[in-house]
Amino acid sequence: MTYSAWIILTASLVGLSCGIMGVFLILRKQAMMADAISHTVLLGIVIAFLVTNQVSGVAMLIGGILAGLLTAFLVQSLQSLNIQHDAGIGIVFTTLFAIGVILIATSVGNAHLDVQHALMGEITFIPFHVITLPILGEIPQATAFLFVVLLIIVLFITAFYKEWKITTFDPALAASLGMPVLFLHYLFMSLVSVTTVASFDAVGAIMVVAMLITPAASAYLWTDRLAKMFILSGSFGVLSAVLGYYLAFWIDTSISGSMAFMTGLIFLISFIFSPTHGLMAKYIRPKQAM
Amino acid sequence: MTNSIIKVEGLAVAYQKNTVLSDVNFEVKPGSLTGIVGPNGAGKSTLIKTMLGLHPALSGSVYFFGSPLSKVKSRIGYVPQRGSVDWDFPTDALDIVTMGLYGQIGWLKRPTRLHKEQAFNALKKMGMEDYAHKQISQLSGGQQQRVFLARALVQDADLYFMDEPLAGVDAATERAIMAILKELIADGKTVMVVHHDLQTVANYFDHVLLLNHTVIKHGETSKVFTKENIVQTYGGNMRWMGDE
Repeated sequence: MTYSAWIILTASLVGLSCGIMGVFLILRKQAMMADAISHTVLLGIVIAFLVTNQVSGVAMLIGGILAGLLTAFLVQSLQSLNIQHDAGIGIVFTTLFAIGVILIATSVGNAHLDVQHALMGEITFIPFHVITLPILGEIPQATAFLFVVLLIIVLFITAFYKEWKITTFDPALAASLGMPVLFLHYLFMSLVSVTTVASFDAVGAIMVVAMLITPAASAYLWTDRLAKMFILSGSFGVLSAVLGYYLAFWIDTSISGSMAFMTGLIFLISFIFSPTHGLMAKYIRPKQAM
Repeated sequence: MTNSIIKVEGLAVAYQKNTVLSDVNFEVKPGSLTGIVGPNGAGKSTLIKTMLGLHPALSGSVYFFGSPLSKVKSRIGYVPQRGSVDWDFPTDALDIVTMGLYGQIGWLKRPTRLHKEQAFNALKKMGMEDYAHKQISQLSGGQQQRVFLARALVQDADLYFMDEPLAGVDAATERAIMAILKELIADGKTVMVVHHDLQTVANYFDHVLLLNHTVIKHGETSKVFTKENIVQTYGGNMRWMGDE
């Protein structure tokens, strides 16, 4: 495969994974938790690096999950102490992220990690870090990693589809039916962390947020069926990745920036032209009498 | 009352430092239809949420069928306030009703055609079969409430808690819901309903629980729902009969 093809494939995997995860994030009204976790996993990754002294996928995943869980737990705790949810998120993630930044700047130093890389990613370098797998041969490490994570995401979403659906729509009913609502919340946040860690290397913390939130928000405008929303959101994620790559190629600019821009553009188009929720539809169609 | 189906003893609840309920004691007879009545902020919703373990209690105990909640969850149905959920959620009425069965379906399994049929029949019972595949945001308030009732019916519980099921619904829905409640009672079930309209209490409920941070009075409507007790529950500035 060519250099470009690997980059497009990798970015598409990010788009697909994040698009799928974004659906429940949006519906659970936890978009800002994605923002928080995408930053705090940095701390987890740094600590994983300090402990194992190498950049290994598994250690980073574990570090990321723990950091994500810590974030979710601290936000919940602050909320139960009567601190507003959004303020709680702001306090927790900036503090944990800051610790991550401090650690990178001091002890990890000139290793593989740096703040610039963490925020913006370096998708252009992805094809150079290859691993050799049986049958597939040499493939970029980040691509293989993302593929495994995509499988994990699909597996979990399929397995816990109805549990996450009901705890999203009506957590009180779910609890009264005996479902472990809080456990399901933390499980979901772990999955968000996993997605973020895997996407981190490729696209950085900022574009992960764009990919997690915007395609799902766009998909929400086009359908009123949950299953379709998953398909649309994943597709919008992939579409943003592909179009973003060509935009970056065309005007010779940042690839991850262009991809994030594309998610915004797709949202804008959806917001104007969606047949049910769009601006155009509101003007064209007469108001329904209720 | 020896054969009580619900027994609440010394229940106290607080939000942060504000005590919402204290020293709540009552017992409920099987087969009764009880209205929980009291002013805004009296702790009516908090009472049922705490009984169902959705909100922590400071102290006290609650028994259903002589057992703690954890052993009898499947026998208890709950209808939350309609406004507590986001009706823009991307799904249809039938799917919402099917959610009532999720507890029975169990982990890792999907609802089968049989579950969907059960859900459809519950919708039919509420006169909502034509709306089964309607997106839930397109339903009127009364229709949404009927969907919630259908979801409770499909659980086939022995004991139901309903939080303001008659708030903001049209007259037809109110009649439909009351007919279903009477039917549940006739089938030997027990129902507790948070209710806000004092004028209909005497017609709708055989028992009433007057609540204002604690139980003011509880018993048969004909004996307990007197002007004197209502004044005691609502304080001086209550609106009574005909004010609306």
